[in-house]
Amino acid sequence: MTTNNKMFGILVPVISVLLGLIVGAIIMLSSGHNPIKGYVALWNGAFGDMYTLGETVRRTTPLILTGLAVAFAFKTGLFNIGAEGQVIVGWLAAVWIGLVVDAPMIIHLPLAIFTGALAGGLWGFLPGLLKAKLGVHEVIVTIMMNYIALYTTNEIIRSVLTDQKTTSEAISATASLASAWLQSLTFYSRVHYGIFIALFAAFIMWFIIQRTTYGYELKAVGFNQHASNYSGMNVSKNITLSMVLAGVFAGLAGAMEGLGTYGSISVMSGFTNLGFDGIAVALLGSNHAFGVVLAALLFGALKEGAGEMPTSAGVPTELVDIIIALIIFFVASSYMIRWAILRFKKEEN
Amino acid sequence: MFDALQSIIPTVLFYSAPLILTALGGVFSERSGVVNIGLEGLMVMGAFIGIVFNLAFSDVFGSWTPWISIVVATIIGAIFSIIHAIASVSFHANQVVSGVAINMLALGIGVYLTKVWYGKGQTDMVDQPFYTTSIPMLSDIPIIGPIFFEGIYVTSYIAIVFAIVAWFVLYKTPFGLRLRAVGEHPMAADTNGIKVVKMRYIAVILSGAFGGLGGSVFALTIVSNFSHATIVGQGFMALAAVIFGKWHPLGAMGAALFFGLAQSLSVVSAGIPLLENIPQVFLLIAPYVLTILALAGFIGRAEAPRANGEPYIKGSR
Repeated sequence: MTTNNKMFGILVPVISVLLGLIVGAIIMLSSGHNPIKGYVALWNGAFGDMYTLGETVRRTTPLILTGLAVAFAFKTGLFNIGAEGQVIVGWLAAVWIGLVVDAPMIIHLPLAIFTGALAGGLWGFLPGLLKAKLGVHEVIVTIMMNYIALYTTNEIIRSVLTDQKTTSEAISATASLASAWLQSLTFYSRVHYGIFIALFAAFIMWFIIQRTTYGYELKAVGFNQHASNYSGMNVSKNITLSMVLAGVFAGLAGAMEGLGTYGSISVMSGFTNLGFDGIAVALLGSNHAFGVVLAALLFGALKEGAGEMPTSAGVPTELVDIIIALIIFFVASSYMIRWAILRFKKEEN
Repeated sequence: MFDALQSIIPTVLFYSAPLILTALGGVFSERSGVVNIGLEGLMVMGAFIGIVFNLAFSDVFGSWTPWISIVVATIIGAIFSIIHAIASVSFHANQVVSGVAINMLALGIGVYLTKVWYGKGQTDMVDQPFYTTSIPMLSDIPIIGPIFFEGIYVTSYIAIVFAIVAWFVLYKTPFGLRLRAVGEHPMAADTNGIKVVKMRYIAVILSGAFGGLGGSVFALTIVSNFSHATIVGQGFMALAAVIFGKWHPLGAMGAALFFGLAQSLSVVSAGIPLLENIPQVFLLIAPYVLTILALAGFIGRAEAPRANGEPYIKGSR
């Protein structure tokens, strides 16, 4: 049984990605494009030279963190659809500190990152508390929190950070994650030190979940709240803390964007989609820290490579969004894939 | 006061109509036990089809074009939602995940095809959108006439009529009873010979139809073209209306009207003495804050259908 589960754990995501790419090719064919040319452009756009490679890593960085934000909450049986809002408030808080505080880098940068993480954590705290104390479904609350974050942040950028402008000033150099070393390696792409923070965060999640009592309790609550309660665990504390930590990961993702990629924050007309993509990443990565890193790299490469498709192959970038949506469907419907594999095996015997 | 009402009420009706229609779709789906986060995507699909059909056939159908467009958008919305039904009912997929995928897929397909067909990120403006009208006879009634029946969109009243029909269907017909039973206790319903899977398919397809209708009404009354930014959050606001309205068709309509009021106040508040000092942001976030408060039990407890979000697996307990 366990070997079977392990096999499915790897086979289902791989088959889903392949199916997604195949359907993507069919869509390209039926809209009159050459799928081979399309996928070659996608590959070159993601890994063609050092510059695109740098940009792919840059895009992967926040996806790892939002993927962790969703996966971490999943471990406790919670669906954190609010990573989107947590990213936005984390971004805002980090840039805010980057703008107003004046300190040497060794204090300024960690402070900005920490504040971003804290803001995300706070944004996760309320849904967690409502779930723990009142049993309110976290999905709806986090969706609502996303919009509250979006509109409030836009208002703060317009009236507090700037004087009715749409973009804040650039943050001070002492709060920047930009790395001259990484940039010179990659022909001045926007890759920054954030990737190391993201990888470290993945390690932290693995460590918490696999190696601490707290992680054990989190998983136990996810499996069976009543049994956890009976064995003396504090269920509502675990639920709240799980959402807070999930928010911290997402807030960090926002801080990476604010301090690394953009160095500022702009009024947003819609969501960044980092949080929603995080759901896809967590799902494809089977909610495992290592899986999340791989899935984030895949989606980061797909999204970065998509930029090359219109110019080289005439394929609109949205093809990648369709492929990602299809991959989510296939993973979510893994019941179907499992059934097909088992059926196939039975016939062999 | 009279002038203010005359400027606010038509705007409220105008902003609410798509929300009411989409929220009704949400009520059907969630009452049958299928969570539908995909309302946003269903609206995107409806808006896309409504605009594209209108652009392509305005020469053929003349002034009937917007009406035929919303009917086609309704049908395509219904067909598109079958994906959600297959994933969440037949394959026992996580319904929230499937809904998120619906949202991504609809936007991806819409913008992809827009770029393939029109060669740019947004369509042209349609020739035949809905126009405001005055309803004959009714608009001659003193006071009420000018406020409610002058310079309004007929689609707003269609939305309200649909809400009443939906209430009747859900609460006064055997079909509605079965649909609600499936959402409360599918095993008991199954034991009584109700086909759980069939009822849930019908409910999800109805939500697709209403979502498509709502999206196309939004596109053809409010924006008149399609791009990635046509539908931004209206579907989620409709979902909020479903919950704020306690999963009841008329409640959802009331909530949608209220959210429409908040939206339209954020647009017209500048001209109204009491409201011009309130920062716009408070009106923008009001629907979402209120929904959280409602869920937390501060404004009457919002209780979801018992089996909402749980796949029904025959024989499991």
